[in-house]
Amino acid sequence: MSSPPIGMLRSGRLSAPRAVAAAGAGVALTAVAFWLTPMQGRADFLVVAYLAATAAYLLAAARLEGRRSVVDRLAAVMMVTTVGTCLLALGSVLVYTAVRGVKALDWYFLTHSMNGVGPRDDAGGAYHSIVGTLEQVLLATLMAVPSGLLVAVYLAEYGRGRLATLVRAVVDVMVGIPSIVAGLFIYAFWVLGLDRGFSGFAAAMALAILMLPIVVRSAEEMIKLVPAALREAAYALGIPRWRAILRVVLPTASAGITTGVMLAVARVTGETAPLLLTAFGFDSIQNDPFSGPQSSLPLFVFGQASSAFSNAVDRAWAGALTLIVVVLLLTVAARLVTRRNRLA
Amino acid sequence: MSAPVATPEAPPGLPAIPAGAHAGDRLFHGVTTAVAVAVLVVLLVMTAFLLTRAWPAVRTAGFDFLTEREWFPDAVPARFGIAALVWGTVLTSVLALAVAVPVALGSALYVTEYAPPAVGRWIGYLVDVLAAVPSVVYGLWGLLFLVPRMVPLQQFLADHLGFIPFFHNPDDIFGKSVFAVSVVLALMVLPIVAAVSREVFRQVPNDLREAALALGATRWEMVRTAVLPPSRSGVIGAVILGLGRALGETIAVALVLAATFDVNLRILRPGGNTIAANIATKFGEAGAMGRSALIASGLVLFAITLAATVAARGVIRRTARAVTGRP
Repeated sequence: MSSPPIGMLRSGRLSAPRAVAAAGAGVALTAVAFWLTPMQGRADFLVVAYLAATAAYLLAAARLEGRRSVVDRLAAVMMVTTVGTCLLALGSVLVYTAVRGVKALDWYFLTHSMNGVGPRDDAGGAYHSIVGTLEQVLLATLMAVPSGLLVAVYLAEYGRGRLATLVRAVVDVMVGIPSIVAGLFIYAFWVLGLDRGFSGFAAAMALAILMLPIVVRSAEEMIKLVPAALREAAYALGIPRWRAILRVVLPTASAGITTGVMLAVARVTGETAPLLLTAFGFDSIQNDPFSGPQSSLPLFVFGQASSAFSNAVDRAWAGALTLIVVVLLLTVAARLVTRRNRLA
Repeated sequence: MSAPVATPEAPPGLPAIPAGAHAGDRLFHGVTTAVAVAVLVVLLVMTAFLLTRAWPAVRTAGFDFLTEREWFPDAVPARFGIAALVWGTVLTSVLALAVAVPVALGSALYVTEYAPPAVGRWIGYLVDVLAAVPSVVYGLWGLLFLVPRMVPLQQFLADHLGFIPFFHNPDDIFGKSVFAVSVVLALMVLPIVAAVSREVFRQVPNDLREAALALGATRWEMVRTAVLPPSRSGVIGAVILGLGRALGETIAVALVLAATFDVNLRILRPGGNTIAANIATKFGEAGAMGRSALIASGLVLFAITLAATVAARGVIRRTARAVTGRP
């Protein structure tokens, strides 16, 4: 068998200028088609031109490089398209909310409640719901983080046997609880069952149910990442196990645990559904989370968005922007903490 | 990794470890165990309350609870059931996944296999941001931005593909349809599936990729033969995570859909409903029986989510065995 000459080992290559030329030809063809035929519309043009450019590009590749290369290039085009779709969606959610939100978002909006404001009035603000959100999320964090940490320590350090398997299974199930069902839990248990009525505290309990599994999962993973050598060094110095956990293991894992906690806080800050059934919503300032219905930012946005009047819709956008800013700040802060994580 | 180091027995001739250390260990072990048990007990008690509250509705409706479409629990006689709600919940979630999964996998593959590392990292950050946006914001954006802009697309589908029953729309009104709400749901599911499957693709050892490329594979052939097969169970897990979010999503659906209670495949017709959205919209006006019925429907939603998770576990275990060849 004679080997092929060196030059034949590689087939022809579609050079970058030729690829651009092919795609350009596709766009030009579309332009001509839109000019000559009854096709019209900006969106239609963009879609057809995109398809035509892709087809021309792939045809050129087929002539110069062969079938395998066409499949490869088609896959690449499709992946770039999906990424473009993602970024377009993200951009339009953030930009549109920002553009609509800044209209009504001012100092007045942040410092006034909806007390006595009708849906048509150009007044009112979200102060009462900001207070509610802060209190509810703070209370939820106070409940979920310490208990979540202890459960994580139990699972990571002592977690063997039937009880641990059961606890793990329950935490897995809790991850899958739909947020509105978490609200129903507290509604049936606290609001109706114990007859305590709606309150910010009830909302905080529902949010804690949603936070707990996230905290347990992330903390357990982080504790397991702590090198055994650190632990063993502590034991070798005669430190009892519980002190080794508290003084060596947890501080080492603290950056990762903090990240998990902050992501959990960010997630529940934006939750709306469970609050409908627990905090219920309220138009006036309610500083006490333990007595009576309370508002929150997501509930405020939901309530205003359900109205048809433009002033209410403007308030909904302003509330949505406030909410996004709070949640994104938390998320970015969590990422910054991760960066200092010595384990990940 | 977390191999517990047994408290060493004191060797003969050396002083034993002071008793206080053991007492501290026992106390600490006890406290953590107690908290874990307490979490179990609290959940158990809450579930018991939920079941007690749901029981009156289930007893009143009897078997009709599963087959009835309408929702008039406070009427006399009460007439309500979850047939239309379950149908709407499953239909919107499946459609949302059908839209979201290809896009999510494509962008995850782009980030891990195609993009330069710096670009990939930034796209990863942006997708994470998309995952953090609260659902009420998606609902608001879907209602006021996306749905009006999707009317021409829906009109186009009905005009040109109307012969497929799926896209037939006898009402000739377009807008707040199951299709539109599924696209909004797809956007909420997309970042979750993309973020998780991105991590799954990252786990694939580079040796496999290099081996495929060394054998002359193109980049896509490398992805198809070296990256996708070992990632299968992980990707299924990512999809199920997304499904869970789509099934339980409340506010976006409640904002976008005007509640109707029918069971059909005409996804372009206005109206529709899901269990979660029905709870959110009917809760305020519900009487005693109405609230009991809503709680019962919530339990059904929980059961569906749980069933999906368990089914996914089974699939993951089976595919993991198929890939590794180990039981």
